[in-house]
Amino acid sequence: MGGNWSWDFTLQILPRLIEATGYTLLAALIGYLIAMVLGLVLALAQRTPWRVLTLIAREFVEFIRSTPLILQIFFVFYVAPQFGVRLSPWTAGMIAIGLHYAAYLSEVYRGGLESVEKGQWEAATSLNLGTAHCYRRIILPQALPNCIPGMGNYLVGILKDTPMLSVIGVAELMHTANAIGTETYRFLEPFTLVGLIFLCISLPLAELVRRAETRLRRKLGLVK
Amino acid sequence: MTYPEFISAHGPRLLDGTLVTIQQTILAALLAVLIALTFGMMKISPLRPVRALATVYIEIFRGTSLLVQLYWIFFVLPLFGLTIDKFTAGFVAVGMNLGAYGAEVVRGAIQSVPRGQWEAGVALNLSPARRMWRIILPQALVIMLPAWGNLMIEVLKGTALVAMISVADLMFAARQINGTTYLSAQVFGTALVIYYVLARFGITPFMRWLERFVARRMGRV
Repeated sequence: MGGNWSWDFTLQILPRLIEATGYTLLAALIGYLIAMVLGLVLALAQRTPWRVLTLIAREFVEFIRSTPLILQIFFVFYVAPQFGVRLSPWTAGMIAIGLHYAAYLSEVYRGGLESVEKGQWEAATSLNLGTAHCYRRIILPQALPNCIPGMGNYLVGILKDTPMLSVIGVAELMHTANAIGTETYRFLEPFTLVGLIFLCISLPLAELVRRAETRLRRKLGLVK
Repeated sequence: MTYPEFISAHGPRLLDGTLVTIQQTILAALLAVLIALTFGMMKISPLRPVRALATVYIEIFRGTSLLVQLYWIFFVLPLFGLTIDKFTAGFVAVGMNLGAYGAEVVRGAIQSVPRGQWEAGVALNLSPARRMWRIILPQALVIMLPAWGNLMIEVLKGTALVAMISVADLMFAARQINGTTYLSAQVFGTALVIYYVLARFGITPFMRWLERFVARRMGRV
């Protein structure tokens, strides 16, 4: 073991790491889909006329946002079996990360929903549309474009948080790098490659989000 | 085992862990502020190489995961002869990571100080350093403090990862107790509540107080 970089070793472990990258991307994608749906539920729950439901949803979001994701992952993974439900690392991981980002996305949705003018509601009411119909056809289509930049940022965020899933044994990138390290006693190459792979994915992704944001702003007539 | 029994048996260890978490959070927060100020100002330097250096730092630390950085600092740096004990490696990794996010906040805040303030500094013949220190930064501070409130909670949450390199913080204590007792709901639930209390009744009120304090000093209230 030493500070000298071995290219042979790098080429030897690269295929394994690239395969694991696929799982990292898959985990981020599934987690994000769960977060998108649950986040909307959490956001809409805060807009109902029932004070108790609103309050519970609000506190739940605050709680999730101010506690560490890694602890939430452990919580879901170890507590479910206590109640007789055995969860695989993947299932537990997806629930935990999906729920965590649902709390963040609900704040993005909330901002988007609040930015829809009040007049739109009044118009819908005067047209005698039901609440559900109004949300689906009038409010959400106007609110969602405002959410795109925030949603994009959290897509990058969830990707960068997937290494935490390695702690319960989800075989993503970090887990694989750790396994290679313990097998070969070489940590320099696997850990450095993981960092580089993350940079190669998250930097272009962040750039893409930025571009989508400027395009959207231009489309909405916010900038020329 | 009832919950009060659980607390009397394992409460002291969770408390010890909590103290380490608080130490890690404070040290990481101080480092993050220092790094954020340095790189945030470098990012708007008139010198291209200085700006480029700041950009590289910020993009590397924001583009990869905190866990990856933590492992890298703890496992890889010793290979280059730079051995850091785990406690230091822990808060250094968290501070460097959140410092990169903070740098963007600092840059944004400095740039949103009205143009006239910069010009007034020039007109009064202040040196660039003095202008930044006495005129621009205090006003930028008022603008950036709300964003720092969120970042400080991220610092607290980030320190939970130092348990992965065996720093005996709250997360570490919780995992150990879970390993010996299998009372997962009790131990992880309690740990979650402690983190929540630290964030909601420690960090948030402190940052609100700081915002009011700074605003008063600036004569804004």
